[in-house]
Amino acid sequence: MQQLLNTALGGLTLGMVYAAFALALVLIWRSTRVVNFAQAPMAMVTTFIALVIVDAGHSYWLAFAAALASGLVLGAVVERVVIRPVEGGPEINAVILTLGLFIVLHALAAVVFGNRYRSFPAPFGVRGIEVGGTTIALTGFGIFTILAVLATMGLLLLLFQRTDIGLRMRASAFNPEVARLLGVRVGRMLTLGWALASLVGSLAGLLIAGGSLVHPGYMDSVVVYGFVAAVLGGLDSPFGAVVGGLLLGLALSFVSGYVGSQLVALAALVILMLVLVLRPGGLFAQTAARRV
Amino acid sequence: MLTVTDLTAGYGPVRALDGVSFTAERGQVTAVLGANGAGKTTLLRTISGLHRAERGSVDLDGERLDRVAADRMPARGLAHVPEGRGVITELTVEENLRLGALGRTGRLDPADLERVYGLFPVLADRRAATAHVLSGGERQMLVVGRALMARPTTLLLDEPSLGLAPRIVAQIFELLRGLVESESLTVLLVEQNARSALSIAHHGVVLNLGRVVADDDADALAADDQLRHAYLGF
Amino acid sequence: MAALRTRAAGWWSGSILGRHLLVALLGLVVVVAVSESVSDFRNLQLASMAYLGIAAGGLTVLTGLNGQISLGHGALMAIGAYTTALLLDDREASTPLPLVVLAAVVVTLVVGIAVGAAAARLHGPYLAGATLALAVAVPGIALYFKEQLGGEQGLRVVVPDIPTWALDLAYFVTGQDLTRSRYVAYLAWFTLIVTFVLLANLSRSRVGRRWRAVRDDEVAAELAGVRLGRSRVSAFVVSAAAAGAAGAMMAVTVRLAAPSGFTLTLSLTLLSAVVLGGLGSLAGALIGAALLTFLPQVVTDLGVDAGLSDIRAAELAPLVYGVVMVLVVLLAPAGIVGTVRGAVLRRRGRSAPPAATTTGAAADPTTSTSTSTSTDAGPDPGASPGTSTDPDSTATTTSKGSTT
Repeated sequence: MQQLLNTALGGLTLGMVYAAFALALVLIWRSTRVVNFAQAPMAMVTTFIALVIVDAGHSYWLAFAAALASGLVLGAVVERVVIRPVEGGPEINAVILTLGLFIVLHALAAVVFGNRYRSFPAPFGVRGIEVGGTTIALTGFGIFTILAVLATMGLLLLLFQRTDIGLRMRASAFNPEVARLLGVRVGRMLTLGWALASLVGSLAGLLIAGGSLVHPGYMDSVVVYGFVAAVLGGLDSPFGAVVGGLLLGLALSFVSGYVGSQLVALAALVILMLVLVLRPGGLFAQTAARRV
Repeated sequence: MLTVTDLTAGYGPVRALDGVSFTAERGQVTAVLGANGAGKTTLLRTISGLHRAERGSVDLDGERLDRVAADRMPARGLAHVPEGRGVITELTVEENLRLGALGRTGRLDPADLERVYGLFPVLADRRAATAHVLSGGERQMLVVGRALMARPTTLLLDEPSLGLAPRIVAQIFELLRGLVESESLTVLLVEQNARSALSIAHHGVVLNLGRVVADDDADALAADDQLRHAYLGF
Repeated sequence: MAALRTRAAGWWSGSILGRHLLVALLGLVVVVAVSESVSDFRNLQLASMAYLGIAAGGLTVLTGLNGQISLGHGALMAIGAYTTALLLDDREASTPLPLVVLAAVVVTLVVGIAVGAAAARLHGPYLAGATLALAVAVPGIALYFKEQLGGEQGLRVVVPDIPTWALDLAYFVTGQDLTRSRYVAYLAWFTLIVTFVLLANLSRSRVGRRWRAVRDDEVAAELAGVRLGRSRVSAFVVSAAAAGAAGAMMAVTVRLAAPSGFTLTLSLTLLSAVVLGGLGSLAGALIGAALLTFLPQVVTDLGVDAGLSDIRAAELAPLVYGVVMVLVVLLAPAGIVGTVRGAVLRRRGRSAPPAATTTGAAADPTTSTSTSTSTDAGPDPGASPGTSTDPDSTATTTSKGSTT
């Protein structure tokens, strides 16, 4: 019983992070029709920036803020410099570019920061909290993770639903040409969208890293889980991505706890294949079938 | 007043507009007529900066418009209502309207919103609904209303009658005519349905294969049997 | 001279299989000549180049001809390699090598069908995502089934003794004794040649035309009666089978199947090789494989000279691939082969009759906006990877150029 509870709690915490990462992928997919696989190494690079700041003796929170800010900048730069030139061209070019970027950032991090595991600090305890004599798998950092992701999602929701800039961003994503005719600077909105997505990705990177080990490839599996979560939610829906992330976090936590942590990625693959076969439009799609 | 001079544009080797020149007067509806592929939609897209002209110029009330980017047009007082799916269906009715206001000044004036709801009461009833639930006629009202939110001096309308029931077309045209008179708008109305377009237009320009083949008062065009048979199909 | 060229060109384009076999034979001669004149160490490098070339050849068919992306070809190679390792676990293993390779191909094919049927059927980023998941998942399988698959250490591969007839044949042809490294190089290159002939024929066949049709314009393809899902799945499955053969050859060459050999980096660098060479071109895949094999040493040495530690310098090679991959897509989207071909065509276009130039530069308003419509019209020098250049279309265009 206790193991069940702990597995569920662990899954919930991880699911929050996957949800954030899936959200980052969906934000970019919705506006640019690219799944930004380079989101993983982008988040990894910003985490390493935070690690450098912490190692230099500064506070965790300064490093945290710096990582998020560099995520914002990195996302904007990538969209402007790498993606913008091929926008409107064949989709495959943009995808190949994100993969090239994947390799570049990976290798760059390995050259600059070294290709070994390094421990990353956490601002809160990483030991389970005691409730009535027994320790449960919810840590102080876990609670911080959940709250940080919830706060970020709340802010994004406010931005998109309640502000003019959010309205412009949504219009650019849904119908760039009409948005342009209505005076929306679509290019700027795309850059902003990439920047925000990259910031959310960086947050996920920091949360995965906290109290754990980082190395240039530590986010690679997370991009897979983020993608599977996004597909579970329908790939176009930010809300679906969040629900998909939570479900996937729970499912994978159970696989890890009851089968073996080595098979978590395989489980994610199997879940992805099942979804694609049974409900390719995502769990919440109105119609099960989608144009092949 | 919108003046188009020697406008030439195309897609690769295909020339869609070939030296088109005409003037649309302020306070008038100018209909642009012609068969499918005559270059009507390209004309509007080139005027509003979505498509690049190879040659020629566009002036709006004495200011050059060519070389102005499409997203700066609302600030110049020009609103382009594109053909077909001009409604952003994922947004609500009111969000579509708000978006229309942002283009010109970056600010929403609640009075504009009330004015549009006054013109189209049906939109007011559905302001919180997602636009994809609207009927074809309601969508057309929404895009016209959204264009008005930017308080334009010039309105480019691409096939507003497409796929609509005659009663609704009549309703929309009626309203348009009223707006032109009350606000002294310059309206460029692209239509395949030449008969109904000429019924509200003051002036007409007929395109064929990218060239102007007739440019005259609407009554004169409607009375020209030969022209009607050759290019207007009624 | 012109007449001779015309006649040769007529035969050239007349028999596709004949042409491919001729090229294959020439390739075999080159392989023997090169292999006999270099050291054992170089022969092992050649074998590496061959297995990377086989995988890249499979990938280029998928990406170049069908417009889909696989990030899991490294993982598919792992499946082929582990199958080989399981069948060749000791010297007494009686399975003949061709059967081993066939088994590796079949097992990979089955995995390819499973993943492809779920993900390649759909239009969108699903195949890329599913194959990425595969790339991340496969090493974990080896770790989980430690007893059967050897965990972190992996499985040793025992290459069977060289058959006597091969020793005799080699001595007869070359006058030298066949060393094990050279034997492995021959095996890998022979597999490469067979794979490439099959891929080249397939891509010129009706199946290949369907793949291209789906890549260029889905609606048109569907109207022409092509079943989009099935066509995409078949392209992926063929591509996966090539990766399986590549994995088998890798196992035989490095005599080990271990998780560390099949990282995500392998899958991604394979893709970079294909982009570098020029999507859809088998010759380009071979050039890409050569770069993957020989560039790392050069770049790592440069890095060490510049004062980096060995481990960090080793990461410079992927850095170079990544940077070049980005630059190729941004600046020369047709890749090495496509760009060279474009330059040659332009030069030829100046001297040849006007008809020859219009073939390449056929004006089509849709070309600039979306994936190209050109199928056999010859490579457009400015074409993007999505549009591209089929294997051996040089020959086609040559013949068109000279027969007009």
